[in-house]
This record gives sequence, C-alpha cells and structure tokens, in this order.
Amino acid sequence: MLSIFKKEIRSFLSSLIAYVVIVVFLLIIGLFTWVFADGNVLILGHANLDILFFMAPWVFTFLISAITMRSFSEELKQGTFEILSTKPITDIQIILGKFFASVALVIFALLPTVVYVYSIYKLGQPQGNLDMGATMGSYIGLLLLGASYVSIGLFASVITPNQIVAFILGLFLCFFFYVGFQQLSNLSLFGSYDSFVQNLGIQLHYDSISRGVVDSRDLAYFVSLIFTFISLTFLTLRRRI
Amino acid sequence: MSIEVQNLTKIYDGQKALDEVSFSIGGAEIVGFLGPNGAGKSTTMKILSGHIVETSGTANILGMDVSKEAIEIKKRIGYLPELNPLYGDMYVKEYLSFIADIHKIKDTQKAINRVIKSTGLERESRKKISQLSKGYKQRVGLAQALINDPDVLILDEPTSGLDPNQMKEIRSLILSLGKNKTILLSSHIMQEVEAMCSRVIILNKGKIIADDTIEAIKKNWDMNTIQIHVKFRDSVNGAELSLIDGVESIKSVDEKTFVIVSKGNVDIAEELFNFAIASNTIIVEQKEQEKSLESIFQKLTNHA
Repeated sequence: MLSIFKKEIRSFLSSLIAYVVIVVFLLIIGLFTWVFADGNVLILGHANLDILFFMAPWVFTFLISAITMRSFSEELKQGTFEILSTKPITDIQIILGKFFASVALVIFALLPTVVYVYSIYKLGQPQGNLDMGATMGSYIGLLLLGASYVSIGLFASVITPNQIVAFILGLFLCFFFYVGFQQLSNLSLFGSYDSFVQNLGIQLHYDSISRGVVDSRDLAYFVSLIFTFISLTFLTLRRRI
Repeated sequence: MSIEVQNLTKIYDGQKALDEVSFSIGGAEIVGFLGPNGAGKSTTMKILSGHIVETSGTANILGMDVSKEAIEIKKRIGYLPELNPLYGDMYVKEYLSFIADIHKIKDTQKAINRVIKSTGLERESRKKISQLSKGYKQRVGLAQALINDPDVLILDEPTSGLDPNQMKEIRSLILSLGKNKTILLSSHIMQEVEAMCSRVIILNKGKIIADDTIEAIKKNWDMNTIQIHVKFRDSVNGAELSLIDGVESIKSVDEKTFVIVSKGNVDIAEELFNFAIASNTIIVEQKEQEKSLESIFQKLTNHA
C-alpha cells in the first residue's frame, strides 16, 4: 500500500496536479476570506472563519473530482493496471494507497490555511477572541468531507476509462451527497422519512461537526460513507477488467 | 513442474476464449505459444499471471494454485503484458524502484542495477519512459518483469512492433534468460518461435492443436507433401507435367516455371529429368522448398 501511496504522491508532484490544486484552492479561499467584498472577514468584523468553512466544500467538489478523475481511469485505459494486478499486492491495497495519497493532498491544501486561523486569532478584539473548539471541529469536518469526496471520486474514476466522464460524474456525486439529500428533504416529499433523507447527506453532519461537537454519530456517518464508496470501487474494479 | 494447466476454460460474455486447455512445462525451458490473434494465448497468460480468473479448470505455478495463492505466486513470477503498458511520465529508474518497492525487495538499488544491466538499458536509464524508443520501452517492460529475479517468466508477444535489430537483441536476451528460468512466450511470428523455443504449443480458437518439439511438429506435418520449384529453359506443356507419377498438383508461375506439389514419400527428380528430355529442353533451376513452421501453422489453424 505504501508503494502505491508514494507513487501517487510522486505522480501528483511531477504532473503539477498537486501545485495547481493547492494554489487554486488557497487562491479562491484567500480571495473570499480576505478580499472579495461579499462577506469577507475584515468587512464583517466577526473573528471567525465561517466564510472559509462555507466555501471550502464547494471548492472541494471541483478540485477533489479533478484529483481523483485519473486515478483508475488512466490505469485501466493505459493497461498499467495489468502490471499492478500481476504484482504481489492486493486490489484493496491499491485502492487504499490511492485513497490516502489523495487525502494527503487535501491535507496539504488545508495546512496553509492555518495561517488564516493565526491571523484571525491575532486580529480578534480582544486578541485571541476566536472559538477554537468550533474552528478545530470545522477542520475535522472538512477533512472528513474531503476524504468522503475522495472515495466518491475514486468510484467515479473506476467506472469509466474516460477522465472527463469520471470528473463530471465525481463532481455530480459529490454535489449530490453534499447538498442533494438536504434539498430533497426540504421538499417534504417523504413525510416521516424526511429526516432520514436529510441524514444521508453530508451537509447535516458537516454542519454539526463544525459547531465544535465531534459526535460519534457524525463520525460513524463519514466512516460508513467512505467505507461504502471504497467497497463499491473494489467491487467495480474487477468487473472492469 | 513449473507450470501445470488442467482443463482450463475461460468464458467471456458467453464466448469461450479457452476451451479445456491442458499442458505442463517442466524446468528451465523456453516454450512458445503460437496461434492466430484471438486464439487464447493472452487469456491463458493473463490467468497464469493472476490478472484474470479462470471460469473452470486449474492452473498451478511452482506447485501453487494461481487463484488460491495468488500473492505467493506473483512474488515469484515475472509477467510482460501484451502491448507493454508503462507509466510514460515516470523515469526509468523511478519506475523500476516503484516495482521493486511493491515486491518489497530489500536492496532496491542492487536489483535495479542488475536488471538495467541485463536488459541493456544503461544508456537510457536516466530518461523519462515516454522519451524512449519502442525497443527501449520493451526493455523497460522486460526489466520490470525481471526485477524480482523470477523463476517463471511469462512474456506476451515480447518482440511485437520491434525492428529486426531490436528483435534480435531481445531474442538473445530471452535465450540467455532461458538457461535457468522457465519461460512461456507467445507470438504469432513463426521464425521467432523457431529461433527461441525448444517446444511449441499451437493454439487455435481456444484449443490446443499441437504441443511438441519443433522438430517433431515439422516431421509429423511435413510427411504429406513436398513443394518443388522448377524452371525449364523453354516453355513446356503444363498438362503433361501434371501427369508425372507422384505429382499431386502443379501451379504455373509462367510458361517455363512451375511449383509442383508432390507426395512426400515419392522422389520425382528422375521423372522430371526424363520429362525435360522428352520435351526437348533442360532444367535450369530446381529447388525443394523446406516446409517452415509457418506453413504448418497456417495449415493447422486453417483446418481446425
């Protein structure tokens, strides 16, 4: 698994994907947090990073789909998967290696935003007037959300050898899981099942963790979501050969 | 037994790609898999290397079942897939160290240097794979298959698409490897199999139609007919020529030149000479064409 992880990281770095993803993420988030007039921290004057944690899931739907779109589609198209599958390594090790490599990239994109936390902390009136619990919770939530998107993206990439299709599909699935279930439940179509439908979506759990309460139910949700998509990827992989 | 295959069958979408194939390969020998495209060569190799799973039957490598002890087997075999897929954006050494890493080889550097030397990659070892010529890419493919110093090598069309010089080099490399490894290679080029393999297995439509040494196959299938190319000084009557005892058929190239197919056990040289005298001419050229594996192959696979 470690060999696949290292190979994926190297490929992110050598193909510029890593740099582009990190720079674009920081640029968009930086602009919304500090520069754009709509709700930037300096204009609103609230010592929090709500705008970052509101924007990041949306930016991630694009960026993570872009990171994962080639992971399996290219291997299957180029035939290099045949090399991997005839080496002493199991399919699940290959999948997890790719999964953790993409999650690592998400972490690397998030790390520099710690500077924002420090800035807000310093800018607070009085200094240090920042809800650290909520901020930590939001980071954990964002990480779990990113990992869920990665597992969704891997699944999208394993079902088609076409990278563009994998990207669009990943984007749609991430979008749907983030707000789709929430919006469906808002339509009140399912009567007493509405809250169940709402619970299927990421947004409810992400918002809940962002308040600074890391509830085991939310953790269980994210872990099951990731497990489900990793399993789907695993099951689909063998049917693609 | 290095490789033992029993009643191996593979069905793709209701179509039989392999039909009850059985063969076994002993110690250090180079065995050629011969057959037209779609005969089941790659399918067999993919099952042996653990890429796909058989529908029924068993395949053993080094005494282990390929579907039950896949990881153990994969540690001890080397496999070069058809079309030699590679990561173009990796450097040669980077790629080899990645493969060595998967194999959990302890002294990675030593293993890389060994395969780079044995495949003659020294000059190109610092380049990106996508920058290499086809011949060198093929060497990289071979190098990754050799990195774990495998006991069994499975090579799917190792020389396809190479120029004659590159083919010769890869062939001599395979020959030298065959001294202490079991090698199963596939090809649809007959000369290649004749040049490298001691034994040949001919497949057609998923079935084995011949499995023997090259000499034995040639002998068995050569007995029936002999082709003679003959050229007279003047034009002769083809119809009269075909009346000679022992001649099965004739094909005229022009008025003076004929290709005669005769029964294998009859020598018609004397009759031809007498015919020439009777026709008031002389023979200026006469050549018995040796049956190559190629014509046997065509015959076998077209009739089956």
